[in-house]
Amino acid sequence: MSESRHPMTGNEMSGDAAGGMERHQYDVVVVGAGGAGLRAAIAAHDAGARTAIVCKSLLGKAHTVMAEGGIAAAMGNRWPEDNWEVHFRDTMRGGKMLNNWRMAQLHAQEAPERVMELEDWGALFDRTDDGLISQRDFGGHKYARLAHVGDRTGLEMIRTLQQRAVALGIDVFMELTVTDLFQDDSDGTPKISGAFGYWRETGRFVVFEAPTVILATGGIGKSFKVTSNSWEYTGDGHALALRAGAHLINMEFVQFHPTGMVWPPSVKGLLVTESVRGDGGILKNSEGERFMFDYIPEFFKAETADTVEEADAWYEDKKNNRRPPELLPRDEVARAINSEIKAGRGTPHGGIYLDIASRRTPEFIRKRLPSMYHQFKELADVDITKEPMEIGPTCHYVMGGVEVDPDTQESAVKGLYAVGECSGGMHGSNRLGGNSLGDLLVFGKRAGEYATTYAQSLGDTRPAIDESEVKAAERSALAPFEVEGGENSYTIQSDLQQSMNDLVGIIRTADELEQSLKEIEDFKLRAKEMKVEGHRQYNPGWHLALDLRNMLVVSEAIARAALAREESRGGHTRNDFPGPDPVWGTKNLVVSLNEAGDGVELAEKPLPVMPDDLKTYFESK
Amino acid sequence: MAYDLKLRVWRGDATGGDLGDYTVEVSEGEVVLDALHRVQATQAGDLAIRWNCKAGKCGSCSAEINGKPRLLCMTRLSDFDPTDTITVTPVRAFPVIRDLVTDVSFNYQKARELPSFAPPPRDADGKRRMAQVDVERGQEFRKCIECFLCQNVCHVVRDHEDNKEAFAGPRFFLRYAELDMHPLDTHDRRELAQGAAGLGMCNITKCCTEVCPEGIKITDNAIIPMKERVVDRKFDPLVWLGSKIGLRAKDDEGRTEV
Repeated sequence: MSESRHPMTGNEMSGDAAGGMERHQYDVVVVGAGGAGLRAAIAAHDAGARTAIVCKSLLGKAHTVMAEGGIAAAMGNRWPEDNWEVHFRDTMRGGKMLNNWRMAQLHAQEAPERVMELEDWGALFDRTDDGLISQRDFGGHKYARLAHVGDRTGLEMIRTLQQRAVALGIDVFMELTVTDLFQDDSDGTPKISGAFGYWRETGRFVVFEAPTVILATGGIGKSFKVTSNSWEYTGDGHALALRAGAHLINMEFVQFHPTGMVWPPSVKGLLVTESVRGDGGILKNSEGERFMFDYIPEFFKAETADTVEEADAWYEDKKNNRRPPELLPRDEVARAINSEIKAGRGTPHGGIYLDIASRRTPEFIRKRLPSMYHQFKELADVDITKEPMEIGPTCHYVMGGVEVDPDTQESAVKGLYAVGECSGGMHGSNRLGGNSLGDLLVFGKRAGEYATTYAQSLGDTRPAIDESEVKAAERSALAPFEVEGGENSYTIQSDLQQSMNDLVGIIRTADELEQSLKEIEDFKLRAKEMKVEGHRQYNPGWHLALDLRNMLVVSEAIARAALAREESRGGHTRNDFPGPDPVWGTKNLVVSLNEAGDGVELAEKPLPVMPDDLKTYFESK
Repeated sequence: MAYDLKLRVWRGDATGGDLGDYTVEVSEGEVVLDALHRVQATQAGDLAIRWNCKAGKCGSCSAEINGKPRLLCMTRLSDFDPTDTITVTPVRAFPVIRDLVTDVSFNYQKARELPSFAPPPRDADGKRRMAQVDVERGQEFRKCIECFLCQNVCHVVRDHEDNKEAFAGPRFFLRYAELDMHPLDTHDRRELAQGAAGLGMCNITKCCTEVCPEGIKITDNAIIPMKERVVDRKFDPLVWLGSKIGLRAKDDEGRTEV
């Protein structure tokens, strides 16, 4: 290891650039080190690319650690009749048929092998009685299909991938935020030529010279007040892609997870895993009524139990009983909970009850749901083996993201790829639980491999970085320090979160969406005048000021698309258009940056056409 | 239920610093991290704190609260009397970058020195088989959220900076134990754990176990069994004789030493 290594990360720095710009050359730069980014980097490395992982936090802290339930993969360890075709069908139906069929197909086909790879790399999944990887039940999945480790599957996944990346010696730039992408359009076709970012620790700038960038930056939840997402979820990849000229699809579809904590206020929104319901938990209102039986939609009637007896019998005998309504897809359950609370049947803290205490033994609960037990005990003084939890919907996931080629994950911009939550299409209008972790692995690997193929095809003729763009990126990053007398970034962020929660939340109307667009314009003006105190070294006020730009453009994309889609489907519910509209069911809304670069615009685009042999899975029997 | 909390927070960088006094309004059910965020939003926009999930799952927000190593997000204000002043300082075993943020690269360095999992080929049907009871031993250690509080509190490095070179610390003894107990691993890491990682320097004072926010029994379930396995190999006269006369060591369970 040479002396010019970064003290924090061990990454090599160009020491000769004292006071100048630190520069690195790679074939593939992966932005983000959650499940998707790490899997992409491993694939790129294995394919022979010089690969860098760049992440906003320390390695191993990404939001993937919060995933609880498991990885959906039709391995057939519990139900031999499970296969990719059933998983594909479940995924498409869960997404209300708005998914990119090809992504849903690839995901269902490749997820089992991606899970087995994790085991090859040291993951310790829970086992079945005959020693295979155990699989658990989750909403919207016909068979028990989620490979899991108690209720901390995401931690296991990220640790496994992190340890693999370290073992392979992949360069990791930790606590480095990417703020701009560079392109070379000297031959008329814009191509990625690199990326620009700053070290959080020192505030110093870094230029990556690379023909490919894989965005794996996760979601957008921090634009909402009540969310299960960590601070990092500011839509960076979504915004970087837009500014580079790529498009977003499905941005109107935001998943509100049915079960977030509602009390105490400091943890409002924190996730309560769906496994609680998969393992026997039921939902009750303040009158003690198990209300989900009143909310079974026509679309899922045939496969959902309509009596308590049948629902309870399902846990033991899945062949002869239909699934309990608590395990309907997340959009259905979240809307039902919302309606019960609005009807005045909520709990003292404004949620509803999730009860597993009266249905399973304390030993079972502690064994199957250890982190939930711990979380409620430590943060809310509630013993979930003795009393019900109070829960309510929380902003959890964005189905929308960068529009990509389903096989390669490449966006409309040459050399720019997107994977995981920041890509769009795979989940349609609503994601099934368990399909996120599989998504990260399947498409992470694909993006890493395709990016490498493209980078290697270039030989020595790499797209070049225009030095004036570097200067512009530098000026743009430092702009918040130039302002005097304005508000700080925290105030604007907090107002944006409240506004999005109130106006673009789980139930939407045209009036409120129009109001939200007006407010976003106002936030944009305030953000121009935003001031930052202190200097560049590890300054969270400055970091937030830069992230806030991304949050604003992404929030506008969500509100605009939500206003345009005049129907209710999956994660998008319009009070003024309560049902699904078959015409809207044939098209995506595509978001691009407008000409002036200060807002977004929409276009409609027909869905890719599913081949006839796949269509047969959806014909009524 | 809201009240004014008096906070003392260490502000400074590698060149030095001091405790700063802040008073912020806090309310029922809040944790120390909530109070610090409010200081950030209203009084000190540039106060450096490392945090991510605010749910005790990512292990980013380690600090010392009234001198005790804790996670800022899992320390409830209700553990203190409203009249108490709460003092927050950066973890002591690692160099300060700024305010409450420290340079934890020591841990990432040690992670790189550890040979990874080495499984045999999969079974004929492409799957692997392990018993639940066997994976559970390793699973306890894999609950680790890498908050590095065990590393911070371990006196071998906390009080003796120069030991860092030769001592990987409790977090990595967990990792050695996890791999050693993995039903499928083919490597024997005992020599390495004892030598390069400095397992022998641990004198089982259990400070690491005490601060672990995940409640992992680091000393009892990882370090002590690991020490016993090292001793078995090193000092068992039959094994010693076996290796001297060229027979395969009796206790290596078919694993290859690395």
